[in-house]
Order: sequence, then C-alpha cells, then structure tokens
Amino acid sequence: MSRTAPVNRIIPFSNVDGPGNRTSIFFQGCPFNCLFCHNPETIHLCRACGACVEKCPAGALRLEGGAVIWDSARCVGCDTCIKLCPHDSSPKIRHMTVEDVMREIRRAAPYIEGITTSGGECTLQNEFLIELFTEVRKLGKTCLIDSNGSFDFEADPRVLEVSEGVMLDVKAVEQSWSDALISYPRDMVLKNLDYLLRVGKLYEVRTLIFPDRDRENEETVRYVAEHIGDGCFYKIIRYRPYGVREKYQKVLGEFETDAACAETYAALARSLGAAKAYVV
Amino acid sequence: MSEALNIIQDPTLTYHQELLALARLGESTDDSLRYSDAYYEAKKKGALCDLNEGVMPYRPRYICPDYELLFQKGCKFLDLKPPKDLLEAVNVLEIFYCHVPSITSFPVYLGDLDKLLEPFVLKEDRAFARKVLGLFLRNIDRVQTDSFVHADIGPEDSVTGRLLLELTEEMQLAIPNLTLRYDPEKTSDDFALACVRCMLRTAKPSFANHRMFVKEWGERYAIASCYNGLNIGGGGYTLPRLRLYECALDAKSPEDFLERELPRHIDLQLEYMDKRVKFIVEQSSFFKTNFLVTEGFVRQENFTGMFGVVGLAECCNYLLGIEDKKKGFGMNAEATALGLKIMDAIEARVAAHEAPYCEAYGHRYRLHAQVGIDSDGMDDSPGTRIPIGVEPTMLEQLEVNEKFHPYFPTGTGDIFKFEETWLKTPDAILAIIKGSLNNGLRYFSGYLENNDVVRVTGYLVKKSEIEKLRAKKQSLNNVTVFGMGAQDGGHALDRRVQQHEECGA
Repeated sequence: MSRTAPVNRIIPFSNVDGPGNRTSIFFQGCPFNCLFCHNPETIHLCRACGACVEKCPAGALRLEGGAVIWDSARCVGCDTCIKLCPHDSSPKIRHMTVEDVMREIRRAAPYIEGITTSGGECTLQNEFLIELFTEVRKLGKTCLIDSNGSFDFEADPRVLEVSEGVMLDVKAVEQSWSDALISYPRDMVLKNLDYLLRVGKLYEVRTLIFPDRDRENEETVRYVAEHIGDGCFYKIIRYRPYGVREKYQKVLGEFETDAACAETYAALARSLGAAKAYVV
Repeated sequence: MSEALNIIQDPTLTYHQELLALARLGESTDDSLRYSDAYYEAKKKGALCDLNEGVMPYRPRYICPDYELLFQKGCKFLDLKPPKDLLEAVNVLEIFYCHVPSITSFPVYLGDLDKLLEPFVLKEDRAFARKVLGLFLRNIDRVQTDSFVHADIGPEDSVTGRLLLELTEEMQLAIPNLTLRYDPEKTSDDFALACVRCMLRTAKPSFANHRMFVKEWGERYAIASCYNGLNIGGGGYTLPRLRLYECALDAKSPEDFLERELPRHIDLQLEYMDKRVKFIVEQSSFFKTNFLVTEGFVRQENFTGMFGVVGLAECCNYLLGIEDKKKGFGMNAEATALGLKIMDAIEARVAAHEAPYCEAYGHRYRLHAQVGIDSDGMDDSPGTRIPIGVEPTMLEQLEVNEKFHPYFPTGTGDIFKFEETWLKTPDAILAIIKGSLNNGLRYFSGYLENNDVVRVTGYLVKKSEIEKLRAKKQSLNNVTVFGMGAQDGGHALDRRVQQHEECGA
C-alpha cells in the first residue's frame, strides 16, 4: 500500500507562506505544544474518543472500526468538533497518498510558484515529504518547508536535497522561557538554525513578539539576528490572541502586540546585522 | 405628478442628470420602431431586457473613435489641428471627448492613453508632464461624469503608463475606468506589478487578455465601458440581454429549454437587434451626418451588435431543481456542464444568424456577458458569474470562469476582493492573473475590501458617494445611483473576500 500522511487541510492559494502564490499543505500532528498555537487542533492525531460524534449538528461524523469517520460532503464547516475536542485534535483529517496531494497541487499549478508544507509539524512526515517534493519538482515548482525545528536536518538531510529551504520558527532562546512556551527542548531548534544557515537552506526565520515580555523577546531576537546576519529573511510577527486557547490567552495576553513595539524589535535585529528583518 | 415633474423635483439629481433624464423621457414619446407581439410579451415577463436603451436610437450604444487619426489629421468640424506638444494633445482630447456620443452621452472609450501621449510626454520635463496628466485626469473625472468612461494602457511599459498609474493611485477617482492589455511577452513583470498595486488600491486597472482579444479583433481593439471588447474606429450598435433565469421559467426540463425556450428567446432578441441596428444605420442621422463618421473617426462597417446574456447560474440551478445556490452552478459539475451546453447553443444560433451592417465581422453579432443592472436583484447574476455570497475558493472560481470567458469577444470578466495583506504580495496576485489568463480567462479585476473606490459589477463607484445619495444629496458621477441599487438589491459589494490564511504551528 502507498504511504499516506495525515493532512489537516490544503490551501490552494496562500500569499503568506513564502515567495509568490503557493499551495500550502498542513499536516496533522506536532511534537510541540506552544501556548500561542493558533491552530491547536493540528497538534495531536485523533484518539477516536468519539466526543465530537454525537455533537455534530450535520451528522457528518461517525465512529466506525475504532476510528472517527468524517463525511466531508455532509460537513457544514461549523467547527463544533474542533471546539469541543478534549485532545487538541480534529476528526476532519484526510489520510492522503502522495498522488492524492499531487492531484490537488496539479490543479493549482498554473497559478503558483511552488508549495509550502506546514502543520502541525510537516517534518514528522519526512519520507512522505521526500516523495512529494520529488514529484512537485517535476512540475518545475519550488518546495519550502515550514518547520518548528524539531527535526534533525543534519542527521538526515535528504529532504533538503529536494527542497529550496526551510522557514524556521525560533520561538524562544532562553531555556526556562522555551520550556514554558513550547514544551520542548529548544536545543535542536538552535542547532538547525546554525546548520541550515551553513548549508544555504534557511529561507527565513520567524519570531513571535509577545506583549509585556521585553526580556524574553529581546533575548530571542538578539540571538537570531546575531546568528543569521543578512543570510536570510527575518520575519517579526506580532502575537495575536485570535485562535489561541483561552487558558493560554490568560498567560500570554488577551491583546495583540502593537505594531510599534514589533517595529522596535525589527529595528534591533537590523542594527545587529539582520538586514532582512521586517514586521508582518 | 408627471414624470417630467418628478425628474425636475428630484433633489438627488444634478442639473446634467436631470437633462439626460428628460431627454430619455422625450425619446419615449415616439413609438414608431415596433417589434413583434412575442417580443413585447417576453420583455414584459422579464426574459428579455433592452437595458433601457431608449425606444428611438439616435446614436450607436458604444463608439470607439480612432484617436490616432485625430492626432494625425486633426478635426475639421471641431477646428482642431494635430497637436504639437503635450498641452495641445491633452486639450485636443478634452474637447473631442465632449463630442463623442454614446448610450450614456459620455465617451465610453478615451483611447490608448499611454500610446497616444507618450511621444509628447517624452519631450517634456517629467514633473511638468506629471502635472499636465494630473489635470487631464481631473478634467475627465469632473467633466465626463460617468464611470462607463474607459481608457486603456499597455501592453508595453511606458513613461506615460507609469505616470498615469501613479496619478490614478494618488488621486483615487472613480472615473475613468482603466484597463491594462496584458501580454506576458510584451508586458514586463515590473509594469504588471505596478498595475497590480494600483488595482488593489484604486480598483483599476483591470487585466485584459491581450492575446485573446487580438486573436478575435486584431491589434486595433478597444476595451470600453465596463469591459466591452470592440474595434477602434467602430463600436457597438446595441446591447440587449437574455435574462436566462426568466427565459427558463416556462421550460419543462433542460432538454425542453435547449430545444424550445432558449432558441425562441434568442430569435426574439435577434429580431430586436436587427430592427434597432437597421434603424440606427438607415433612419438616424448619426451615420449620415455626424462628423465622427464623415471625417472617418469611425466607420459604420466596423460596428457590431453585442448579444448579451445574464443569469446563467440561476438558469442552470432552476433547470436542475437546485435550490441551495451553494450546491449549484460553479460548485456543481452537472450545473456547470449544463451551462456550457447552453452557451454552446447560444453561440451556435447567434453565429448562424446573418446580422445587418456588421461587415467587419462576417455579418455576425458577438456575445457579451452583461454585468447586470441594479434592478436584477438576486434573480440574475452578472453574465456567467457564480452568484455573490456562494463563491467557492478563488482557484475553483477561476477554473469556472476560464471555461466561460472564451465565449464572449465583446466582453466578460470577474472581480475579486482582497484583504489588506495582499498589498504586500503583488507578485502572488500577478502569478494568479498570469496563470488564469493563460488558461482562458478574459478579464480580471480586483480591489482591496477597504477601498473607497470599488468595482461594483463592472464599473467603479466611490462608497462615500453612495453615502451622499443615501443622505439625499447629489453625486456628480451619474453611475453612483447604479452602484447603490446593485448593492441594495444584489449585494454587489459583498463578494467573497480573499483572506490570507493563518498558518499553523
């Protein structure tokens, strides 16, 4: 049987996931549990607890053979299932083969520069990505990896050989802040930052700026800027509470980081040599 | 109260708008141009619509003068000599425009402004040229007070084209409408990107598929009014439309519609067009005495009739018994396939009809996907568009458009409303436009959701001007009132917003 991967969704046209217009593929599952995650339903695979099945107003879910089955034709997209999932998951996952994904990419191909794989964490599907990228490149399109940096690219660089590069999240540098924020050791992320830069596969780094976290923000921005110089884009992103789980909004703030504050960090980054730093 | 008194006492009409309304009323006092009883019956039922062209045509609907000829020879009737510098060139155009009639009484085609003015602009100091062009655009906006006034640029980059884009963005005017003729081999990415940025901020220019138009019309074509393809040195006599939803109401099945009701209505519309075209050419004085004709700025044989359709989506949904528009035309393969069958039938029947006085087109009329009028409400979507409010993803919408746009040499188009982040990624929009034009899209329009200047169905209005009308004040632009009606009845400004999607992780 062909290899499959759990796909949360595919956006045919995206203008925020790398250069030009791109098809973005979001895979399900992530080893991090970031407090600020805007799509917490992408973190875990469905455990088939069935909590969503009875509550679906459209009758689009059923428990069958130990799995929750989603009927996309009946689904009205109300997201009730996602809102009440106790496990930060979603029943609306498609287990797709490379050919299934390619069918959707081919449709978008005339209008796009390339694809971006994201998540969740797409590198959990490393073998799948290698096959997918090999096919996408045959169409003359580019492949970018949006990653949290948990995958050891140096130990297994095969996916980089068929990809234009990685858009890497560096969310926290200081150890205790990292532990609190992403629930994962940040060492691999920082190792990847250096490695990807060295092998010319770092397309961009992204850092989220939080309200009232001046020390943590500065430490992260300073570290990244000093490392990347003008070697890649540095996207400074304002924290926005939209989509963030309520209990974590209480920790991180219920208001977005204001634009002027984010600009000061972009300016700091540029002053430290990260010439291609900008705020989105 | 008499109709005339209503017009005279309407507080929202400017003097010029009153004058035009009274002229229309005057025209309606003669009914000697008659049609068959079956025509009037279909019209009464709403299956045929004459777009209020007026019962006694005294000029063709759209006129596209040869402005190059004007610049070469000048104009005897208006006592204008060929211009020698930019000031003269702009002055000649401003005067000439006031004498180009149309269904709206305003010139619907202003010329290929970049090509016409480039030799003069290049001779001037850049800042001076910019100032003159700015005043020229202001003159057009305040004198030709109707959004169906339309100018073209491209496909090549030019100093004048760039200045016009800069000024268009800076001045934020609804008039004139503007089109870039886009050809991937002739239009540089840099110029196209400048057009995308201007389009997002000002709802213009739109992108026309240059190669497609050239194939159908030759190099000398104009994009006029909303998005009408026509010959330069010619134009369009008339534009009536089949309201396809109403045409289908008496059909017992899709087959019955294709065999009986559709051909019947097509023939009635052809009858209207034939009689009207003959009247304009044979009875009205226009083609006999108007200086545009006698001095060769237009030639009768370069005119054709525009055979319009609206409401294909609603027609297909009705015939297939689809009540939920979200599952209908555009999202439903069966409905879209029926739409193609219907368009094939319309195309074939109109192509089989020998049309009077259309010499340059093998004596044939050409199809037009009409953009709708305010009174259409939600019954008939513009042309072959997917109804507002149920648009699928942009990819799916483009795919449907690409199937239908090739049917319409005299114009069709679709409009996309973008959320603010797209302003930062004009390259992404250009990639979409390029891909789609290459796949058969004819005409692409876009704007940012928060603009004041917005594209309603094919024409531009300012949202702030609509608010003036709502407050019972006057709006200088004659078209603002249509924009208000299209929004109130058809929710024309509520089309789907192309969001940027939050990424995960």
